[in-house]
Amino acid sequence: MHQLLRTRVNDFALKLANVNGTGSASANSLLMQAIFRMGIPVSGKNLFPSNIQGLPTWYEIRVNKDGYTARALDYDLMVAMNSQTYAQDVAEVREGGYLLYDSTWPLDPHLIREDVNYLAVPFSKMCNETFKEARERILMKNIAYAGTLVALLDVDMGVVEQLLDEKFSAKKAMRESNTKALRLGYDFAKEHLQCPLPFHLEKMDANGDKILIDGNTAAALGCVYAGATVAAWYPITPSTSCMDAFKEFCEKYRKDPETGDNNFCILQAEDELGAIGMVIGASWNGARAFTSTSGPGISLMNELLGLAYYAEIPAVIVDVQRVGPSTGMPTRTQQGDVMEAAYASHGDTKHILLFPSNPAECFEFAPKAFDLAERFQTPVFLMTDLDIGMNDWVVPRLTWDGTYVPDRGRVLNQEQVSQLAKFQRYYPEDENFVAARTLPGMHSKGAFFTRGSGHNKFGGYTETPAEYQEVVDRLLKKHQAAAKFVPAPVIVKQPGARVGIITIGGCDPAVREAVDLLAARGIAADYMRIRGFPFDSSVEDFIMHHNFCFVVEQNRDAQLRSLLVLETSVPKDRLRSVLSYGGFPLSARHVVDPILGQVPPEPQTVAPKTDSNLRTVKSDSWE
Amino acid sequence: MPSIAKPIAVHPSLHRNAIGLNLRDYEGAMSTLCAGCGHDSITAAITRALWELSIEPHMIAKLSGIGCSSKTPTYFVSGAHGFNSAHGRMAAIATGANAANRELTYIGISGDGDSLSIGLGHLCHAIRRNVNMLYVIENNGVYGLTKGQFSASADVGSKSKRGEANRMAPIDPAMLALSIGATFVARSFSGDKEQLVPILKAAIAHRGFALVDVISPCVTFNDHNGSTKSYLYTRKHMQKTTEADFVPPATEILATIGQSGTTTVTMHDGSVVRFTAVPKDYDPTNRQQVLNYLQQNHDAIATGLLYVDESVADLHEMNRTPATSLSRVPQEKLCPGAAALNELQEDFR
Repeated sequence: MHQLLRTRVNDFALKLANVNGTGSASANSLLMQAIFRMGIPVSGKNLFPSNIQGLPTWYEIRVNKDGYTARALDYDLMVAMNSQTYAQDVAEVREGGYLLYDSTWPLDPHLIREDVNYLAVPFSKMCNETFKEARERILMKNIAYAGTLVALLDVDMGVVEQLLDEKFSAKKAMRESNTKALRLGYDFAKEHLQCPLPFHLEKMDANGDKILIDGNTAAALGCVYAGATVAAWYPITPSTSCMDAFKEFCEKYRKDPETGDNNFCILQAEDELGAIGMVIGASWNGARAFTSTSGPGISLMNELLGLAYYAEIPAVIVDVQRVGPSTGMPTRTQQGDVMEAAYASHGDTKHILLFPSNPAECFEFAPKAFDLAERFQTPVFLMTDLDIGMNDWVVPRLTWDGTYVPDRGRVLNQEQVSQLAKFQRYYPEDENFVAARTLPGMHSKGAFFTRGSGHNKFGGYTETPAEYQEVVDRLLKKHQAAAKFVPAPVIVKQPGARVGIITIGGCDPAVREAVDLLAARGIAADYMRIRGFPFDSSVEDFIMHHNFCFVVEQNRDAQLRSLLVLETSVPKDRLRSVLSYGGFPLSARHVVDPILGQVPPEPQTVAPKTDSNLRTVKSDSWE
Repeated sequence: MPSIAKPIAVHPSLHRNAIGLNLRDYEGAMSTLCAGCGHDSITAAITRALWELSIEPHMIAKLSGIGCSSKTPTYFVSGAHGFNSAHGRMAAIATGANAANRELTYIGISGDGDSLSIGLGHLCHAIRRNVNMLYVIENNGVYGLTKGQFSASADVGSKSKRGEANRMAPIDPAMLALSIGATFVARSFSGDKEQLVPILKAAIAHRGFALVDVISPCVTFNDHNGSTKSYLYTRKHMQKTTEADFVPPATEILATIGQSGTTTVTMHDGSVVRFTAVPKDYDPTNRQQVLNYLQQNHDAIATGLLYVDESVADLHEMNRTPATSLSRVPQEKLCPGAAALNELQEDFR
């Protein structure tokens, strides 16, 4: 008979298979939020299609009392609500795991696995008997399975009721339907199924005053706090909700209490060329301006990013990366824009990049992006991705330093301009190779011609080699000077570690878990999460202190590794790649297995031969 | 772009405008365009219009894209900030600049390649947003800097310098603008300063986006027999649809308008545009009539202030932004602060 999983409290993963556009998202986030409120570390990953209605969609919830909340690949429970994907969903349940399905219709015999426990609940039948409207029957089926899960997993019913109260405080009828549906699933489970399952929940106090937020919302909030007034964008998945949130926050916080005026202007541009043009125009005129976009948008923005770089105009670009190339997979995650953003545009260009790892850092880095953009008079990219941007993460409560004063960089005020003998746009420069700028509308003495064409250090047109080179050489030094100002890498050391693991962005939780798992297998590894480009010297130091380092990232071409090879003096063979780029968020296993294959589980690791870097391991086969 | 500084020599008799500046104060560097280029005449007309309007030079922002036309902002008002941006992108950059600071007078200079090909999308959407700016298309039907390719405004049958005839239908910026809701559309000829200066002044006074299409012959690549954008052809086919006279605000001239003008339009700032010599049944405030007129008279080059509508909200009015520059709103008004953040986060629990 079925083997039973051993009892585990607050340590399991479930996957919910649904049909897109049927209302499952609200049921799934209800569960996730309830677990969060029970004080248990949890994550939810939405694996959704580029579709409005009808295609398969999945939601994964991982619960882990020790705080490991990267994506899990072993599902203790599959909630199989989509008959289109039954076969695949049955196959993904771990040995001894459970599968909950709608038993209104019998399961095809070929879907029966001997090593899986089947939980049959006639959701459709119950909902059809209880609800009249066709749409309501479909929607409420989701809440019904949520009710069953409440019983099976010992979710605190009080917390769930409270959530429904909050959600439907203004919609009494909806609240009643939801209660009814929740009870349908709950009562059936209590009566017919073994509740709770061997793996289930128990209240904890691990979440303190943490919050549950997605990165797009957090980045938008950061832009509001940074004082951005002009936002220009073109709708694109997965960044759209960033501008939606910015608008919402502006409506809430930026209406002038005295006049009712909007202290913001959001421009939905004709395309991304227009969007970045508007950002550049607004920044040129002294506003803090930004755009939110994704890889295809960055491709279009390349032209004007070069203009902003060369003419030295601030710009902030929130890049919520998705799977490329081309249209790629718009609803899947990747870190595929690293190289594109670092060197965006023709000619010699280099840009400042910030790599937040979660929504809390999206909020924290947004004002930093504006400060750096104005301090260095150049475009700055906030490099998030779909996983960070669109999934809800449990993160420390956001804090705001009330003494924050925006760093507007070197901008001459009216008095300073009026006292100038002659204004020269790109001379003299300060210790960071930045020259003062003037804003239009201030004083005629500060007037100059901003141009993307060849110019000398005084801002005048030039076609003279020496004059041209003098300016672009300073731009390079200016870029290098920014290394000291971008957020420093996060480094976690272990005694005796001779191997390093380097990563960026949303890989953080999976790689940290991997570091612990490797340690348990006898492989001590130091951890470094890079948070900004240009690289600070600590990045190179870290690499040089290890025999070799693994660079974990989510793209095919090892873009972060390439950037490290290009922009530091470390030998190429010190960096090996661990890559995952199928489009789903990273799991610790994606990291552990390739490293185990290359490092003997003993601390005395031998330095690799020179060609070892060629042994790139692709871990995509798990997807 | 290369430019040559002009010698500073001011004749004592030069007139001063209302803010005490003379015409030379509105000039820029010496033009490096070909001798006889229509664009230089437009530059002179813009210089005069801005001087006559007594706008403080530092309150002017000059923006352009890439092309011969886009070089010209260097040649007027050297006391104004300028932005020579990228090919076709000026409308977008001007939109952002205007969003940040509505207090400046925006002068956008573009050409037919810049506006009707590579930047057509940006132009159309700046029109739709009714960005408050003067947008001049210095229209010569040809790509000058790349030596003589047809532009999208070249007429069917118009011949290149090498004798090749254009077969594709032209984009008429005036018709285009009218069809997508433009609130100010004018056409003129670089060789007719008398007509152009009042049009430019009215365009600057206009509440919103003012498109001024100026036929501006290219003496080097498109001024030969067979060209429909040459001086000769334009002079022969130009038809003054309206003659506009611009009357600045607060000058008591309103009483005389009824007698001499056929139509008057009061601009948003209180100034008045007085139309004379308007054809019978031509109403420059009726979009459909203007479109019909242009269609029926397509053999001629209809010039004048063709259409104006002062009733439409501009970008800032549509977005309810403050009356003064957004870029000057203090951080205290922009940042909700620590307490608000704490309160907000209860929504994320």
